[in-house]
Amino acid sequence: MNKNKGWTVWLRVASAVVFVLIWQTASSFSDSDILPAPLRVLSSLFDHLHQGELVSDLAVTLLRVLVSFTLAMSLGVALGVIMGRYKKWDVALDGVLLLALNLPALVTIILCYLWFGLGEFAAILAVAINKFPIVVVNMREGARAVDVDLLQVSRVFRIDWRRNLLKVYLPQLYPYLLASARSGLALVWKIVLVVELLGRSNGVGFKLGIFFQFFDVTSILAYSFAFIAVVMLIEYLLIAPLDRRLMKWRSST
Amino acid sequence: MIEVDISEKSYRRHDHQTKLKVLSNLRFVAQSGEFCCIVGPSGCGKTSLLNMISDLDDDFSGSIRIDKATPAAGSPPGYMFQTPRLMPWLTVRENIDLVCVAENLACRVDELLHETGLQDFADAYPVQLSGGMRRRVALTRAIINEPALLLLDEPFLSLDSPVANHLRRLLIEVWERRASTVLFVTHDLREALYLADRVLFVSSSPGTIVLDHRVEIPRPRIAEGEAVEMLRLELLKNNPQLLSGLVESSDR
Repeated sequence: MNKNKGWTVWLRVASAVVFVLIWQTASSFSDSDILPAPLRVLSSLFDHLHQGELVSDLAVTLLRVLVSFTLAMSLGVALGVIMGRYKKWDVALDGVLLLALNLPALVTIILCYLWFGLGEFAAILAVAINKFPIVVVNMREGARAVDVDLLQVSRVFRIDWRRNLLKVYLPQLYPYLLASARSGLALVWKIVLVVELLGRSNGVGFKLGIFFQFFDVTSILAYSFAFIAVVMLIEYLLIAPLDRRLMKWRSST
Repeated sequence: MIEVDISEKSYRRHDHQTKLKVLSNLRFVAQSGEFCCIVGPSGCGKTSLLNMISDLDDDFSGSIRIDKATPAAGSPPGYMFQTPRLMPWLTVRENIDLVCVAENLACRVDELLHETGLQDFADAYPVQLSGGMRRRVALTRAIINEPALLLLDEPFLSLDSPVANHLRRLLIEVWERRASTVLFVTHDLREALYLADRVLFVSSSPGTIVLDHRVEIPRPRIAEGEAVEMLRLELLKNNPQLLSGLVESSDR
């Protein structure tokens, strides 16, 4: 198994190297303002880190991501489970859900700013509303797939509700929760940037807007990579270990 | 004491119009501490009966009383389902701990795991076990609390006979120690005659009790022994029509 793992690591590294090489080659054929070379983006990244506001911008954006992500996840999981479990709720809310799913992100953002003013509340709400229906759909699927046979075991043995929730019910939803969290994180931070671009005066999205006005492609790429790095860090340090822990039973054959 | 008096149990068919009657006028009383086997062809409503007694299903006409109380009241039964129904994300030990009512049973878990030959697999997940081992875990889970009422739904189906006989002896031991009332569903007549104080024969659907036979073979009995075999042949000879549906299945 170890040998196997080493092999995949090498493949990952090789694919990253190939990507950088292609980028490097492409940039040498084009105007350096349109497509800057990898090293220039890297040095711009360090400049922004040391002199600019990259860290504070990242912090502000990350905070917005976390708040709206938590909001959308908690409410989405609750409603999704209810809709998956109770037919009446599902029928009653299915139409609204479909509407919410197909509402363009831009429309929600504009409407939130118009209705609630250009404030933090409207920004967070707009992001959460965009993520929320996707979580609901995902969790509804999860709640529908819950194994009745296993719930009957808790019923027969009269397992108390807390144990039942933690050891019988929730473990069946973990795969769906993890999938929601993964796709959610990626989606939420992209929408947060749009929200910041349109109506906030700080954060990564706001800065990208300014760089756009100055045609500063290098800084745009530097900021993007900085944020991608942060999100990947969250994945590797938080979500992946959680995934391994919760799904241990699956891989232990 | 378990008093079962079911006038009708039916399921809605898929078309939601017609009904499928699975049990009809099924009545019996099992005394406390009695080991009852319920024998009948597949599809005769044996599992439905256990589900009703364990309060998983209360959609029937008639009444079920366990020590004069409804199935929902009183202490929980031990139930071994037809499939093991283990939580795949819990280890063998965690699966058993899950249903333990008292903390002081923790030592019993080890003891029982040893008796069922699972001591080396306490920390394994169900996916790592063979089908027979999963059944042993399910049996351990059903008897860990030494319940007053033990329901078993074809528990030893598809186990090889030495393992099955070992588990049958273990079951008898637990039953004798705790004086549990046991309802044991099977379609294997030899197994029923080896285990039971009393065998209830259920007809094919809609199921009703067609023969109530008390097994007088003294204990300890010998599995696949002569006494069991003779009684089996005698029963089959005396009740050819009644048991005609069972013969093929028990001789498999």
